Amino acid sequence: MLKLTHYLTKNYADPLGHTLAVYEKAGGYQSAKKALGMGREAVIEEMKKAHIRGRGGAGFDAGTKWSFMPKESKKPHYLVINADEGEPGTFKDRTIMERNPHAVVEGCIIGCVGIGAHVAYIYVRDELHLSKARLWQAIEEARAKGYLGKNACGKGYEVEVYVHTGAGAYICGEETALLNSIEGKRGEPRFKPPFPAQFGVFGCPTTVNNLETIAIAPTVFEVGGDAFSRVSSLHDFKDGGARLFGVSGHVKRPGIFEAAVGLTLRELIYDLAGGVTDDRAILGVIPGGSSSPVHLVDELVNVPGDPRFEPYNGKSILDLPLGVDTYRGIGSMLGTCCAIVLSDAADPVLALQNLMRFYRHETCGQCTPCREGCGWAERLLDKIVAGTATLEELNRVTEVAYNITGNTICAFGDGAATPMMNFTRKYRKHFEDYILNQASHQTRTLVV
Amino acid sequence: MAFVLSEDREREVSDILSRYPNKMAACIPLLHLCQDANEGWVSEEVILFVAERLQISAAQVKGVVTFYTLFNQEKPGKHQVWVCHTLPCALRGGEHILHHCEKKLGIHAGETTPDGRVTLRSAECLAACGQAPMMQVDKEYHENLTTEQVDRILEGLLKDG
Ligand SMILES: Cc1cc2nc3c(=O)[nH]c(=O)nc-3n(C[C@H](O)[C@H](O)[C@H](O)COP(=O)(O)O)c2cc1C
Ligand code: SF4
Ligand code: FES
Repeated sequence: MLKLTHYLTKNYADPLGHTLAVYEKAGGYQSAKKALGMGREAVIEEMKKAHIRGRGGAGFDAGTKWSFMPKESKKPHYLVINADEGEPGTFKDRTIMERNPHAVVEGCIIGCVGIGAHVAYIYVRDELHLSKARLWQAIEEARAKGYLGKNACGKGYEVEVYVHTGAGAYICGEETALLNSIEGKRGEPRFKPPFPAQFGVFGCPTTVNNLETIAIAPTVFEVGGDAFSRVSSLHDFKDGGARLFGVSGHVKRPGIFEAAVGLTLRELIYDLAGGVTDDRAILGVIPGGSSSPVHLVDELVNVPGDPRFEPYNGKSILDLPLGVDTYRGIGSMLGTCCAIVLSDAADPVLALQNLMRFYRHETCGQCTPCREGCGWAERLLDKIVAGTATLEELNRVTEVAYNITGNTICAFGDGAATPMMNFTRKYRKHFEDYILNQASHQTRTLVV
Repeated sequence: MAFVLSEDREREVSDILSRYPNKMAACIPLLHLCQDANEGWVSEEVILFVAERLQISAAQVKGVVTFYTLFNQEKPGKHQVWVCHTLPCALRGGEHILHHCEKKLGIHAGETTPDGRVTLRSAECLAACGQAPMMQVDKEYHENLTTEQVDRILEGLLKDG
C-alpha cells in the first residue's frame, strides 16, 4: 500500500536541514531524553514493539538484537553503526547522513542506552566525504549542547560518538569484517560464532546496526513503539514502521522515497519513480541490492498454507508488499529495499557479466570457493559474451554458484552466487543465444 | 628521508588516538592522514612511520595498505577521478562516461596523464546509483552526468593552477 511518510525525510529539502537548529525545532533530542530516563530494559521493550527490521539487508529485528547483549559484563559494550553502504543499487544511508545527521546521533544515544554502551562508532565508507563532514558537525553541535558527553542530555549517562572511516572495500560492510577494520586490520570477515554480542570489536560485546536502523530509533520513541509499527501495512508480519525505498536503473525518476513498510514494487516503480524509461516493458527487477535475486514480472506469488499471503497469491510479484518475510516467503530476499530496474532494452547477459566483475573485484579471498568461484564465473561470462563459450560452460556458471553457496565464511559468497543462479535460469534463452547464434538476437547494450 | 607530520597534523593524531581503547585501531585513520600529507600515496617511509607511531609491525601496516583500494602504493596524479561502472550506473551510461574520459584524457582507466595532472580509475558502486551516471573527482561527487559536463570538469582539472 502506498503511504508516503516524512519521519526521516521531513527536512531533506531544507538546505539547513542538517543543522541542530532545524533538528531541534522539530523536537530533536526529546526521544533521547526519554530513552535515557526509561533505562535499558524499557528501551529494548519499546524498540521490540516497533518491529524495526534491520535495514542493512538481513532484516533481523532491532529490539531483539539489542536484547542479545549481555546484561552483566565487566567489559565495556560498543555500538557500531554500519554506514559502509556499498551494495550495488543502494544509496539510502548516504541521504540520511547528508541531510539528517542528527537523527543518527540521537539514534546512537538511544542505541547506547539499549545495549548498555557508552561509545558508538559510525563506520562510514571513505568516499562519502560530505556524509562524514555532516556527521562530525552534528556530533560537535550535539556535544556543545550537552546532548553528548559525560552527562548526555543531563541524565548522568555517558555517550560518545565517533566517525570511523574505511578505505574502499565492499566487504567491510559485512559486520565482522567491519569490526576487524575498526580494529585497524584487514577487512576480512570472522568465523561465527562467537557472535559480536559476545565477542565484537576489541573483543567486547558489540551490536552492529545499519545506519538507517539507528536513525529511525528517535521516531520510535517519539511516536511510540506499537503506534509506529502500525504505520506499516505489514504489522501482522512483525515488520513495522516506515523506511527508505530506493530505485535505480531504467526508471524515469530514480531516487529515494520514504514510505510506510508494505509498499509494492509496482507502486515504487510506476507511482513514485514515474514508470519505466521510454515506457518500455520490464525485463527484470532486482528488489534489494545486487545480491538479491532478479525477478521477472510474470512471476506469481504462491505461498499456500499461510493466511497472511492469501491476498497476494496468484498476483504478480510486483504486487507483493516489500517486506522482510513477504519476500522470504516467496524464496526471495528484500535486502536493502533499493530496487534495480532493467527495461527490455537491456541485455541480461551483459548485466550478469557486469555484476560478476563486481564480485570478483570485491571478494576478500579468504575462502577458496568464493575467491576462485567469482573469478571463474567472470571468465566464463567473458567467454559467453565473446561468443566463444559452449553450452557446457554456461551450465558451469550454475555449478560454480552451487559450489559457493553455503561453503564460505560469510554471506558474500551467497550474495555472489544468487545473481549467477537467477540470471542464468531466468534468461536462459538470452544466454543460449549468445552461444548458439553468436548473439544475433541480442541487444548487446545495457543502456536504453 | 624519514616521514614526519606537521604539528597540526600531530595534534590530529592525538585526537584520533583518544577515540580508541588501543593504538592499532588508529591504523586506517592515521594512514589516511599520512596519505593526505604525502601527495596522495603511502610510501615505505609512511608505513614505517605508522608502524612505529602505533607500535605495531610494518608487515601488519603493509597488510592493511594492500587490502584497501583507496591506499595508493604509487604517487597518483594531482587530481583523481573515479567513474562508477557497476550495474545501476552502467544501465544509465556509466561505461560510456568512462570511455569518454579515457578518450578525452588519452589514457586508460588506471593510468595517469603524462603531465601528472589526472589519474583516471573505474570504481565499483559509490552509493549514488539514483543519480547515475556519476563520477567522483577528488573529494567531490558529480552526478547525473552528460558528456558535456564531463568535458568541462576534465578541462578544469587539466588547466587549474
Ligand atoms: C558482503 C556483505 C556486505 C554488507 N554490506 C552492508 C552495508 O554496506 N551496510 C549495512 O548496513 N549492512 C551491510 N551488510 C549486513 C551487515 O553484515 C549486518 O547484517 C547489518 O549491518 C546489521 O544491521 P541491521 O540489523 O540494522 O540491518 C553486509 C553483509 C554482507 C554479507
Ligand atoms: S565468502 Fe568471500 S568475502 Fe566472505 S570471507 Fe569468504 S572469501 Fe571473503
Ligand atoms: S552503481 Fe554507480 S553509484 Fe551505485
